[in-house]
Amino acid sequence: MATTDFCMPVLGADMERGIVAQWRVGPGDEVHRGDVIAVIETEKSDLDVEVFQDGWIDRLLVPEGEEVAVGAPLARIRVLDAGADPSSTPPLDQHPEPGAVPTPPGAAAATPAVHSPLLRRLAERSGVDLAHVTGTGPAGSITRADVERAASRPGTGTAARTLASPYARRLAADRSLALAGITGTGANGAIVAADVLRAIEEAGPSSGRDAGPSRPQPRRDAADRARSLRRALGDLMSRSKREIPHYYASTVVDLAAATAWLQDVNAARTVQNRMVPAALLLHAAVAGAMEQATMNGHWMDGSFRPAEGVQLGVAVSLREGGLVAPVIRDAHLLDRDQLMLALRDLVTRARRGSIRASEMVDPTITVTNLGDLGVDAIFGVIYPPQVAIVGFGSITEQPRAVEGMLAVHPTVTVTVSADHRVSDGRDAARFLSVVARTLQNPEQP
Amino acid sequence: MTRDEARRLVEQALAQVAPEIDPATIDPHEPLQADLDIDSIDFLNLVEGVAGAIGRDIPESDYARLATLEGFVDYVAASS
Repeated sequence: MATTDFCMPVLGADMERGIVAQWRVGPGDEVHRGDVIAVIETEKSDLDVEVFQDGWIDRLLVPEGEEVAVGAPLARIRVLDAGADPSSTPPLDQHPEPGAVPTPPGAAAATPAVHSPLLRRLAERSGVDLAHVTGTGPAGSITRADVERAASRPGTGTAARTLASPYARRLAADRSLALAGITGTGANGAIVAADVLRAIEEAGPSSGRDAGPSRPQPRRDAADRARSLRRALGDLMSRSKREIPHYYASTVVDLAAATAWLQDVNAARTVQNRMVPAALLLHAAVAGAMEQATMNGHWMDGSFRPAEGVQLGVAVSLREGGLVAPVIRDAHLLDRDQLMLALRDLVTRARRGSIRASEMVDPTITVTNLGDLGVDAIFGVIYPPQVAIVGFGSITEQPRAVEGMLAVHPTVTVTVSADHRVSDGRDAARFLSVVARTLQNPEQP
Repeated sequence: MTRDEARRLVEQALAQVAPEIDPATIDPHEPLQADLDIDSIDFLNLVEGVAGAIGRDIPESDYARLATLEGFVDYVAASS
């Protein structure tokens, strides 16, 4: 049995520090590769972070709310030694040796015993913090009845993971309000901003700082957070503009055929299976990236490393301010329907604040689509170490000369900002022509 | 369905898509897309939620009637 440290991951090219916003596991919990074990707050967004080993959580080294540098150990995980007999599984009630690792003050490692996933889920759903439950089972272990009893006692539970919108969470944290004490009126009883505001109002002007349990919480207020987001994005974009010799190209693409094709396809489909034009735009950008290799890859250590496939970054603006650019994996292997599904899933989850850390890593080209906000064209700033960013403006009806006649067609302005160390105007022109050709021939899959 | 019922139904669907938007702050006659930063994906999610709640599909050709909250309410009230 070996132990390994789970460290603060790098969740973006520019990330230096992160805050452990929340632990989803406690000491003794069994974890499997791919399980989300923590929520990490970065200057840009909150991300679910997955573990990459199978094993057991030995102890948590950093309490919730603490900010640490990238690479700092966050938790110790016991893993099976390579080649060890898998049948020699340690008993589930294995405890970390007391005092083996100094417990940081206020660490959530105080959860004394091991709980089955079932019990933890029940506790989570009922907003009960297992650390505050007295066990009546064998050897003081916590039973289902203990959790139910704790849940029925008003005001004693602190939510392990209460359903709440990111904005509501932030509002509550700003005022040190416990989410567990607030009644949610959103979907599935989720707490929305209005619920938090009502709770603040009901508690009166003197409330706030002393209202919640003294669980460490990120203390950054909304304005602070917005400033730090601005600064992080500003730093990255300044670096981009300082280091990358950008050049720009654009073309106007006639979307008459694409729009007609889309209407045709969608007419036969129920709403949940319909495509939006953005899916066609992404598909065309992927086709361009595959054909023009100098637009797709990374500038690393003074040279260009073209990518094999397309890991497509999609800039998603959040209604509360801010921008995230999660990645559609292997976009070159997806058809338009699959791209549509992936886009819809990413956008919906980005807005809900449940993007996984692994979904932010290593885009090879990024697309920004400001069409829904009514701009004609957008020339993006490249996210280092990528070498190009594609911009789509609004789809608008424009007069076009078609076969010597004037016609009004839906059109879109496509732009590309590219890295002159890697490519020239010719490459950008070729890239744009592939994008245009793809959009103008929607019948081709 | 009465208009009040229709309004509640639409507001519930909107809360699913964008829980951070307070329905009380919405101008029912303003375009949802510009006013609330609802993009095409949010709109699709909203239409899907409303279609599910009224128990019938909403064809794309009807989207033009769904530009505002008021439009949604009219549509729902008339269709069930």
